[in-house]
Amino acid sequence: MARKGRGLPPEVNAGSMADIAFLLLIFFLVTTTIGVDQGINRLLPRWEENPPVPPINDRNILTVLVNKDNQLLVEEKLVELKDLRQTAIDFLENNGKGTCAYCNGKKDPNSSDSPEDAVISLNNDGQTSYETYIAVQNELVGAYNFLRDKECKKRYGITFTELEYIYNDPASKATEGLVEDLKPKVEKIQELYPMRLSEAEPKK
Amino acid sequence: MSKFKKKKSGDLPAISTASLPDIVFMLLFFFMTATTMKDSDLKIDNTLPKANQTAKLHKKQYVMYVYAGKPSERYRATLGSSDRIQLADKMASPADIRNFIISERAQRNSEDEKYLTASLKIDKQVKMGLVGAIKLELRKINQLKVNYTTAQGNPVE
Repeated sequence: MARKGRGLPPEVNAGSMADIAFLLLIFFLVTTTIGVDQGINRLLPRWEENPPVPPINDRNILTVLVNKDNQLLVEEKLVELKDLRQTAIDFLENNGKGTCAYCNGKKDPNSSDSPEDAVISLNNDGQTSYETYIAVQNELVGAYNFLRDKECKKRYGITFTELEYIYNDPASKATEGLVEDLKPKVEKIQELYPMRLSEAEPKK
Repeated sequence: MSKFKKKKSGDLPAISTASLPDIVFMLLFFFMTATTMKDSDLKIDNTLPKANQTAKLHKKQYVMYVYAGKPSERYRATLGSSDRIQLADKMASPADIRNFIISERAQRNSEDEKYLTASLKIDKQVKMGLVGAIKLELRKINQLKVNYTTAQGNPVE
């Protein structure tokens, strides 16, 4: 008892520190996931009991029907999924009225008047698989993105996809004036090619 | 010139492992900051469909997850084999989405609420009937920002 407290205190052995750190490291490696989720962003329409039916001319609507066997019917013609995007692009920038200066469409009188008037109407069966639904969504969003990117690149030298991501990122608020600067650009492109993609309730 | 010659000792000196904890801690901190926690155990099959017109989801604090799919092999006996929705850790029916969203909103401060996005992680085999029901509930509670979370890839193949 008398020897206690005399001399230097003994050193703490740090040899097992590495083991402890490894243990923690492995724990974090196992319980966490790397990589960011990606997906198709959509804005759902507001819920209304009896949605008003706006008067839209028949030639301004591109009807896309998907049946329970995941087959596509576009404007009453059977279409392969791989051709859907081009069909949608042709429809959107058709420019039948001739008022759209930035369109390269064919000006077919039986297709859409201008991008502002064009509506894509998507109708699913209740038994359609989600995979097909996403593939169709992907192609239609792809058609819009193609046209918007092209126009945005021409005007602002950046693709619309990037522009919109920066605009919507909550972190952009930190940079003074950035959101205010991007807002008119984003809205301009959205005005030139408004995404009018209407979805009917799937039939049971 | 023999001045510079060192005396050769017989055995090799031991490599110092004193900095090993530092290295491992550095790795540990890297992984702690660069990764996100798995938040819930999925009781359902969840193979996401492929898409390539995607946008990245923003920070996790702005996202809430809605899962759907068939119960996985292990739970099929108790939960059946039809498509189900999973919210956080619990299996749910479309009617439960309402309360789930309200509680998710309550957990965040009101400033973040307009950025709040519902990430729909839905198995590719799920039928659109259920997806439609989920979307209808989201619209009723005014959660209009959705993200159909997908795997990267070209769906046309």
